[in-house]
Amino acid sequence: MDFFEDWPDYFEVVINWSDRLLEGLWTTIQLTIFGGALAFVIAIVLGLLAGSSSLWLRGPARVIIEFFRGISLVVLLFLLLYVLPQLWMRNPDLPFEGLVRNTFLLAVIALGINYGAYGAEAVRASLTTVPKSQWEATTALSMSWPHKIRRVIFPQAWALMLPSLTNLWVHLLKGSAIAYIIPFVNDFTFELNNLRRPTDIWFSHAFIGLVVYFILALILTLFMQVLEARAKNKLGRGPSLREIFSPDPKTTPPDASLPDPKDMTGPGGGPKQPASGAGAHPGGAR
Amino acid sequence: MITTVSGTLLAETIDDPTLVDEEEVRQSPFWDWEFAFEAFPEMFMAFLQVTLLVTVLGTIIAAVLGLVIAILLRILPKPLAWIVRWVANFIRMTPLVVQLIFVFWTFLWMDALTVGIIVFGVHYATYMSEVYRAGIDSVPKGQWEATTALSMSAVRTWRKVVIPQALRSTVPSLGNYAISMFKDTPFLLVISVAEMVTVAGEIGAPTFRYTEVFTIAGLIFLAASYPTAVLVNRLEKRLAYAH
Amino acid sequence: MPTPTDAAGTQPAPAPSSSSPSNPVIEFVDVEKRFGDNIVLKDLNFQVARGERVTLIGPSGSGKTTILRLVMTLEELTGGYIYIDGQPLTHENRDGKRVPVSKKQQKSLRTRIGMVFQQFNLFPNMTVLENIIEAPVHVLGRPKKDAVAKAHSLLEQVGLPDKANAHPTSLSGGQQQRVAIARALAMDPEILLLDEVTSALDPEVVDDVLNILREVADTTNVTMLIVTHEMGFARDVSHKVMMFDGGHVIEEGRPEKIFTNPDQERTKKFLGAVLGD
Repeated sequence: MDFFEDWPDYFEVVINWSDRLLEGLWTTIQLTIFGGALAFVIAIVLGLLAGSSSLWLRGPARVIIEFFRGISLVVLLFLLLYVLPQLWMRNPDLPFEGLVRNTFLLAVIALGINYGAYGAEAVRASLTTVPKSQWEATTALSMSWPHKIRRVIFPQAWALMLPSLTNLWVHLLKGSAIAYIIPFVNDFTFELNNLRRPTDIWFSHAFIGLVVYFILALILTLFMQVLEARAKNKLGRGPSLREIFSPDPKTTPPDASLPDPKDMTGPGGGPKQPASGAGAHPGGAR
Repeated sequence: MITTVSGTLLAETIDDPTLVDEEEVRQSPFWDWEFAFEAFPEMFMAFLQVTLLVTVLGTIIAAVLGLVIAILLRILPKPLAWIVRWVANFIRMTPLVVQLIFVFWTFLWMDALTVGIIVFGVHYATYMSEVYRAGIDSVPKGQWEATTALSMSAVRTWRKVVIPQALRSTVPSLGNYAISMFKDTPFLLVISVAEMVTVAGEIGAPTFRYTEVFTIAGLIFLAASYPTAVLVNRLEKRLAYAH
Repeated sequence: MPTPTDAAGTQPAPAPSSSSPSNPVIEFVDVEKRFGDNIVLKDLNFQVARGERVTLIGPSGSGKTTILRLVMTLEELTGGYIYIDGQPLTHENRDGKRVPVSKKQQKSLRTRIGMVFQQFNLFPNMTVLENIIEAPVHVLGRPKKDAVAKAHSLLEQVGLPDKANAHPTSLSGGQQQRVAIARALAMDPEILLLDEVTSALDPEVVDDVLNILREVADTTNVTMLIVTHEMGFARDVSHKVMMFDGGHVIEEGRPEKIFTNPDQERTKKFLGAVLGD
């Protein structure tokens, strides 16, 4: 196999293209961050609505979630890309025309809506795992709905929903690769694919490309795990970040005041957390 | 030089939406029933012949290979298991789209449909292996000890005791992953497989009529995935009660 | 004859206004509560006067806890009316029609009621101090400085002055319950609902918690509605004991009467059982 003999040549090609690859990488990172941010907002809003006790809020939220979860990402992307702008072509008076002509923005919106709908399900599910007794305690203290959600329920659900959100974000990163087929969205996969055309040494480049995506996904997972550790520590479970990263990690002292498990409040008693490995698929979170 | 694969990708035959003749769009109706009825049979055939085929075969590969990975992780010596685990992680955490392109342009002798089925199957096998692993871990220690006490062989232990117990709870997850795979099949357009959405794009391209075809594609996805999801959900609940 | 703990010297003073039931602070009128087809309470009528401390006893499933939860609006009232200080809590009788009251009225009445739960229900995402000041600051709108000062004095009162910055999960059950009492008192409730507050505790810490509640009873004028299996405590602090069975009050009276010489056979049997005859 001449793969090994030609290795220096491959290397040279990658160096020659490195500027464009880096630009593509930056686009992919932007897609992941903006798409992720939009997905997060959508997930929280729809998740709260879907978890509400009012049928008038819950019903429409459920329909929206099921719709955008059930429709494929690619179909959603094409609808935004090919059908949505027609409304503006037909009615030139509509505002924000520039936005629907911005293909990068449309890609962000497609990613955000699709993964946001998955995330909404994760948010709703984790809200239901906050023990009912915690809701009752907030009622006994006369807290208003926004107040109890913001200060009591959400902070507890947060630690539970983070693993699911991490998975979804990794999925969004992976899903963003499809954006390379869109004009003017020259993401990492696009540049990688361009690299293919003038060369016959595609194997090694594509492999490097996969490694880069893998590293991005690992960084993202690590970041989310830090958030998760912090959230758990705030609930009095698990060590603090300082303890995790200290050279001499201290375990929490097993002093006499350690509670009997049955005495612990709500989540301390350990509501079952859905097992979700580093990459369980959104479909698996159903 | 890669010259053996000729012609352009199907994906590249779909119009660039930024280059459309807007005057033409303005003069045509937003929705054309006749066109929709014309497009539907062809799309539905692509759905049956390609989309479903990839989903079914891909799911079978994922179900079997996933189990193999899960068992390997359990029985291999530590360093080897570590390698298997990271290879699986690598496949799981990298984009399907790039994997498709990678395999397609690397193994040029394979036709695109085969590449699609294998890549989908292997990619989802890494998800399934996690599910099986959890299932295997949930088999009580006492079961393993009982097989030792009965001097059962390792193969027999796996085949008759562990796998049947581990498999039961994994059925709903397999269903969920099949639905996910189904919704991922349009990614196949990057290697020119004529699945439903690609065909939809092809039908729409000559006249820039995409409203009907992509709407139909979306509705078919919804119509197929939602009832399946409800079914899987019900199965999940029933299994949960049975335990 | 079962004799509850000797409490001759600690008989509660007569309820301040039990002689004027015309001005009750809690009033149940024809209350009915059903869960689906299961009727838990039916035609329930009783009054609690301001400052009165009433203990509900009875076998489990008799609906005692449901009564507290109805007052706290944790359960939906399916029939009848509950009045707090003369104002309808959930529904009002308007020309014979049962109509829901405004959310606003319900909320304003609810802030006058506090509750301590069997399982403490402290918020694990907040420290002890934050648990106590959260509602006074954000619900009642009190200045944070005042709320913190009050929280510290309450923690002093419940014997946990040094736990302000501790996490609830790092406290023992008894300590958590004492924080929960402080949290309820921080709202200055006119009515305090105690729902089996010692049932989840280890036996050796039960007295600590009860002593704190005794002190609250002695030093304040807060109206208490108590569900407990601690008959000694019930006898010490309550002005009135109500025996429940099958959703009905089958007997009520002063604790010394109920505990020593009940009229009803059911009451005798129940007391015999819980006091370990």
